[in-house]
Amino acid sequence: MGKAPERKTVRLKTPVTDEALAALELGDVVYLDGLIYTAREGVYKKILADGAAPPAPFAELGNVNFHCSPAAVQQEDGSLHVSAVTATASFRFSKWMKDWFAASGAKMVIGKGGMSEEDYKTLFVPAGAVYLTTVGYGTGALLGRGIKNVKAAHWLDELGIAQAMWVLEVEKFGPLLVESDHAGNSLFERNNREINEGIDKLYEGLKKPSLQRFGETDDREQELI
Amino acid sequence: MISKEAAEQAAYEIMFKAGIDIPDDYLAGIKGMAAAEDGDLSAFVLEAMLENYEAASEDRRPMCADTGVPRYYVKAGNEAKIEGGFIALEQALRSATARATHDIPLRPNRVHPLWRTDHNNNIGINAPEVEYSFEPDADWVDITTVHKGGLFGTDYRMLFPGDGIDGIKRFFLDGMIAFGKRGLACQPAIVGVGLGGSKDTCMVLGKQAACLRIVGDRNPDPEIAKLELELQELGNSIGMGAMGFVGKSMVVDCHIEAGYTHTGGMPMSLHAFCLSSRRATMRLHPGGRAEFRTDPTWFTPYMRRETVSWEKPQSARQSA
Ligand code: SF4
Repeated sequence: MGKAPERKTVRLKTPVTDEALAALELGDVVYLDGLIYTAREGVYKKILADGAAPPAPFAELGNVNFHCSPAAVQQEDGSLHVSAVTATASFRFSKWMKDWFAASGAKMVIGKGGMSEEDYKTLFVPAGAVYLTTVGYGTGALLGRGIKNVKAAHWLDELGIAQAMWVLEVEKFGPLLVESDHAGNSLFERNNREINEGIDKLYEGLKKPSLQRFGETDDREQELI
Repeated sequence: MISKEAAEQAAYEIMFKAGIDIPDDYLAGIKGMAAAEDGDLSAFVLEAMLENYEAASEDRRPMCADTGVPRYYVKAGNEAKIEGGFIALEQALRSATARATHDIPLRPNRVHPLWRTDHNNNIGINAPEVEYSFEPDADWVDITTVHKGGLFGTDYRMLFPGDGIDGIKRFFLDGMIAFGKRGLACQPAIVGVGLGGSKDTCMVLGKQAACLRIVGDRNPDPEIAKLELELQELGNSIGMGAMGFVGKSMVVDCHIEAGYTHTGGMPMSLHAFCLSSRRATMRLHPGGRAEFRTDPTWFTPYMRRETVSWEKPQSARQSA
């Protein structure tokens, strides 16, 4: 090991500050210390669509929203134990993000797979927020190590383990990669553009399929998300 | 006789092994890819994964928090006897799944497709799946668990004989490129290809090819073996690596399984077994001896037979 070139690595305290976020560049490695909370469609719907009050003031929850469902268990004595955490695919939540930023003041979203550059420019940049992607994505054990304490699991009974709002105290939580910067550029899309250049060549000389299919594109530069 | 307690205990133990310890063959494959990767972001991801496997084994915590969908493959020797029969075995598999989900703990991933009901134990209607196969001249039972993740990376297409190898390559590339972007398939993956059969068999064969054959294993048909290596090479030449970053680490290995199909068609399925390629097998012998391994040896010569009656080939592995 140790072959990959060193990457710029930063350790950030939460709540994250505007200055710290402005200094992040695409592809930087980030580790977090402090409080983060999980929120995905269950929490978004409850607060944004059903009008429920947040379970605690956002000032106490921090400004880092993790798209995740932990591998967790409630022990017989009622205490909560999280063994591993892996992010869930974020692109499904983009429709909630504008209102979520406004309601919560979140400045950092952590998840899997990112969102589109367009979402970053129209939703994230106006809110001063950036997107960090988990790595792998199977780094569940490493991320699990970074969780020092489960501070709360709000709406656990009502929403279940996957959708509840987990408030986690973390230390050296990572690695995470900076996927969108303050200008709304996307690391994934930058890589896609480079890879797309070579795709036509891969298909050269392969004959056309006998049967076309409905609902299918043959523009391979497009993404599925 | 194999006792039902032994079966339950075996299933419980392999749930831990699968969820926590990455199989050696896959680990060696990823180490090789990490050493050869020249895309710097892709290489960074592979090194983080290697650290993750170590952290999981050291701390005895799941390597990935996404449990996938835990399931079982049971291969029963023709002479094997299980106390209480197969109904007792299925009960043992369910009980082991529920206990392991709580004790490891694993994320309870299984929900009703419409009502999203979650029993918090990975048990429900048709969950966990149990698939069976049989082996002549044996008195043991193999229980394999696979926790395959991935909402992404699986697809099916009806190809036709005229599409030939070109059609196979085209579909393979389509799937790898589509699901590889942003690393939706959590590649590098063991890619399983099902060729032929009827539609359901085609899906099953591809899935089993991905999950039940180890890195480095080749199909006994030399032409198919060649195609496996060709597809692997093709996947790794897309220019894409781990997480969809520029690189060349897409396919750790490619396994193809064939089934005789309709004379007019050539159905094909594609399955990607992800960076958390979780599988573990226990062989139960009568009298209580249990042997653990990571190679399920599911595709025995008997499984791949093509004639009316089965005759043990001269070269068959003695105890496969
Ligand atoms: S595809 Fe595999 S590595 Fe990726 S999140 Fe799912 S289980 Fe984990």
